[in-house]
Amino acid sequence: MIPLSWYLLLSAALFSVGLFGVLARRNAIAILMGVELMLNAVNINLIAFWRYLTPDRSVGMVWATFVLTVAAAEAAVGLALIISIYRNRDSVNVEELDTLKN
Amino acid sequence: MSQQIVFFILAAITLTSAIAVVALRNLFHAALALMASFLGVAGIYILLEAGFLGMAQLLVYIGAISILIIFAVMMTRRMMQTRETPFNSQVVAALIGTLLSFAVLVVVIGQLYPLVPGTDTMLGSAPAVDPAIIENSTARMGLSFVSADGYVLPFEAASVLLLAALVGSIIIAWPRSGEEENL
Repeated sequence: MIPLSWYLLLSAALFSVGLFGVLARRNAIAILMGVELMLNAVNINLIAFWRYLTPDRSVGMVWATFVLTVAAAEAAVGLALIISIYRNRDSVNVEELDTLKN
Repeated sequence: MSQQIVFFILAAITLTSAIAVVALRNLFHAALALMASFLGVAGIYILLEAGFLGMAQLLVYIGAISILIIFAVMMTRRMMQTRETPFNSQVVAALIGTLLSFAVLVVVIGQLYPLVPGTDTMLGSAPAVDPAIIENSTARMGLSFVSADGYVLPFEAASVLLLAALVGSIIIAWPRSGEEENL
């Protein structure tokens, strides 16, 4: 017997950890890892609500599958961008990538 | 009761490795911790009786995305081991903001749903449903992906998105002319 709120609390904690990673890390790859953690937290929420509120409909699982798809596309494009930036600037530290700032 | 023990073990795996992901200095170790965190989330899906998504999580996240991240870490090798702190200058503000948002989420969840397990009043436990509904959920999801009154349009859009991401990442990472000597 696991109440729905435990899943939601786990998801909130995972989302907060990922958010901290996105806000506080300097390395662009570490920021992408934080984004992946946040997407996982969203998926836990979706599956928990599917199981507890609408287990007879497929909308929750469908949505989670789309989040999975978008996460895969986002990781591929993001890592390609990081490799391209590394090749041009010799660094993936986001504090040094300030070309658009001035 | 045994379900609760499994939940706590999975939650501990997920959260400790997630904290390791954001705190470890060595990016390669962080990527390995990320794989452990994904594994814990896959276990949570299976605990929620969404076995298909648990397997998809294993294949897509642990099998593909983690390996992609490890490739990127290794291709930017000099960034792997940094002597200085892995955090930027706004780390204190980020920590405070994150803790505040987590506190708000905890309060909201505590207001909406009971925090103690109980028999299925107000979702203190998973509602009992016919096992056939859970068993057929993957088949129903697959059918709704291809039926016209289901999600066939988002499904096709997702496939176009994946193709665009594939082509786009190849083009972005392709070395421009005169750049090959930097490889």
